[in-house]
Amino acid sequence: MSCGHDHQRRQFLSRGAALTAAVTIAPGLMLYDFARARPSGEPASSAVRWGMLIDTTQCESGCDACVRACNKENSLPGGTLPTDPQWIRKLELQQEGTGRRISLPMMCQHCAEPPCVEVCPTGASFKRADGIVLVDKHRCIGCRYCMMACPYKARSFVHEPVTDHSGATPRGQGTVESCTLCVHRVDQGVAPACVEACASEGHQAILFGNLNDPDSAISQRIRSVASAKLRADLNLDPGISFVGL
Amino acid sequence: MTLRWAGLWRMALLLVLAGPLAAAVNEPVLDIGQGGHCVDDPQFMRLNHMKLLRHQRDETVRQGIRGGKYSLAGCVDCHASKKNHSVLGTDQNFCQGCHVYAAVRIDCFECHSSTPRRSIAGEVLK
Repeated sequence: MSCGHDHQRRQFLSRGAALTAAVTIAPGLMLYDFARARPSGEPASSAVRWGMLIDTTQCESGCDACVRACNKENSLPGGTLPTDPQWIRKLELQQEGTGRRISLPMMCQHCAEPPCVEVCPTGASFKRADGIVLVDKHRCIGCRYCMMACPYKARSFVHEPVTDHSGATPRGQGTVESCTLCVHRVDQGVAPACVEACASEGHQAILFGNLNDPDSAISQRIRSVASAKLRADLNLDPGISFVGL
Repeated sequence: MTLRWAGLWRMALLLVLAGPLAAAVNEPVLDIGQGGHCVDDPQFMRLNHMKLLRHQRDETVRQGIRGGKYSLAGCVDCHASKKNHSVLGTDQNFCQGCHVYAAVRIDCFECHSSTPRRSIAGEVLK
């Protein structure tokens, strides 16, 4: 019995080592899987569903490396006022009674049944074939229904004119925006900016990958540890899961 | 009668002379940046770039199809002026120059970058 366990453990560790070798192949760039970079000209496929597993036990209180990386990647102004666009918020939570504290990043949960898409009157909110929920700003009229429908408060409205267009994502005043799961990077086979930033801080709190592939690191981890989705009672089937909630 | 004919002839002569002159004065002189071989015939692009970009933007945003023949970022990469690294700024810049001439408002750059793309690692592609 114990021998079997040891064998499994060894297998798991060796897979982990292989993964580490893959992700550290180039300094500053984390490639989660070379095979995942779609050839140019091909549309996103529903054979893939992108998701994240956030380990709150690895997420350090006070660290906001993911937020800073997101702001830099997408040239967000970085303010935290209610009128400032925020794609990731760091939350510090304390459990009533026990006083247990956890820290976690909160962003668009990329639901399989997204309420933002359901309420959008123009079809601007949509879910891509690979599960990434986006705003098509060419169609967004800025009505903000989606912001009201989202139970995770994940979306922001751009109140101010955008002057800095150096970021990877086109952004404009009068439209709603949220985490794109760094779709421009994912399409090139590179992990989202927050994942990379967390890893380079040495925390490894965010695991990104294909939920539809049973052999992906994220699927294996979800099978082996207890994880939970936020507001699972709403049956939205988010692509983001949490460990240690 | 003779006077009227003379007046008409004078007007016709003026139009013939002033026509090409006026065109030469008003025609935009564009800074095409790097230029070179366009992805399609320039005359075809002048007439159809808006339709091509409209088609491409929907495919890219909604289906994730990237690396197509026509793209706004592709236009900017080749046609950003070498002086200010942009397709906007003056009436000589590639996009602004022609749009001012045609009196068509250009919305693209309220959200999109008017300067050439950078790679994920930060260096300019090409």
